Amino acid sequence: MATDSQQHPLKIYFLIWGLLFLFSAFSYATDFINDGYLRWGLILLFMFLKAGFIIAIFMHMAWERVALIWAILGPPVLLLFLIGFMVYEGEYTEMTRIDAFTAPPEPVGLEHH
Amino acid sequence: MSQEGSATAVQANSNEFVDDWSADRQTFHVPWGKAMMWIFLLSDTFIFTSFLVGYGHDRISTAAVWPNASEVFSLVIFGQNMPLILIAIMTFVLITSSGTMAMAVNYGYRGNRSRAAALMLITAAFGAIFVGMQAFEWTKLIQEGVRPWENPFGAEQFGATFFMVTGFHGLHVSAGVIYLVIVAKKVLRGDYERGPRGGNYEIVEITGLYWHFVDLVWVFIFAFFYLW
Repeated sequence: MATDSQQHPLKIYFLIWGLLFLFSAFSYATDFINDGYLRWGLILLFMFLKAGFIIAIFMHMAWERVALIWAILGPPVLLLFLIGFMVYEGEYTEMTRIDAFTAPPEPVGLEHH
Repeated sequence: MSQEGSATAVQANSNEFVDDWSADRQTFHVPWGKAMMWIFLLSDTFIFTSFLVGYGHDRISTAAVWPNASEVFSLVIFGQNMPLILIAIMTFVLITSSGTMAMAVNYGYRGNRSRAAALMLITAAFGAIFVGMQAFEWTKLIQEGVRPWENPFGAEQFGATFFMVTGFHGLHVSAGVIYLVIVAKKVLRGDYERGPRGGNYEIVEITGLYWHFVDLVWVFIFAFFYLW
């Protein structure tokens, strides 16, 4: 399976090609959805489906040996930590910016004790 | 697949994994060029992710309003305002080029040199169309006053991250077009028929890996930059 050349029937490429078109059309269509969570769920779903099909079929990862699959797909898992840290950090920075650079709202209808 | 069957498959996979890494021999049973291309693409994954995370951090941390992508990237065609239409066409062009590339790899392994080279040149042409449309998009935004340090639509970070992320991707596409044309020319000329490993067209697959990766990155840029 590994040292053999990556020769597969053209049919599977046409199938994936069609699916990529379909998912792209769907993710473009999400632009017309107003519900935030539904829209985001669909965008991410189509994104991961497209990415998965490109890697697995077009880049032949599905037919490679496990040693190569892990060596290539393993390290990017570390990037999830970077994403997590930076989202956390970004939200903190935004909070301090709002805190320091915008005027605090005037208290309305509050009695001072 | 039955429960038992999948358990056996997992066992076989882990045995293969351990054997490949512990044999004190070549670990990756693929042509060295392919292993190197994968490792290059892995490093490129880290670069692109860093750019996208940098963009995400800028966007999250700014207190200003982020420009609405579906308005900024809309075009008026025949009097109709079409949101994101250019980006949608660019996406379809890139996917089409991935399909022709996959076919080029297939014909390469069949030893059909002329057809493999022709499909690679078609792929390169789609890539050039993509870069052309990106140049159009940049021109339009620059004329509207978008700069890396300011723009008329909202948060200043928008221009900086837009030019950085799409520019770096566009450079990859441009390099891919040149790479494809060079390899297609060598395939057509019969360069890979010579030598001890003559008649082997794994080079087309290696070139294809790079090209599909460029398409893969666009999937994420499309989702995070244009659709968000």
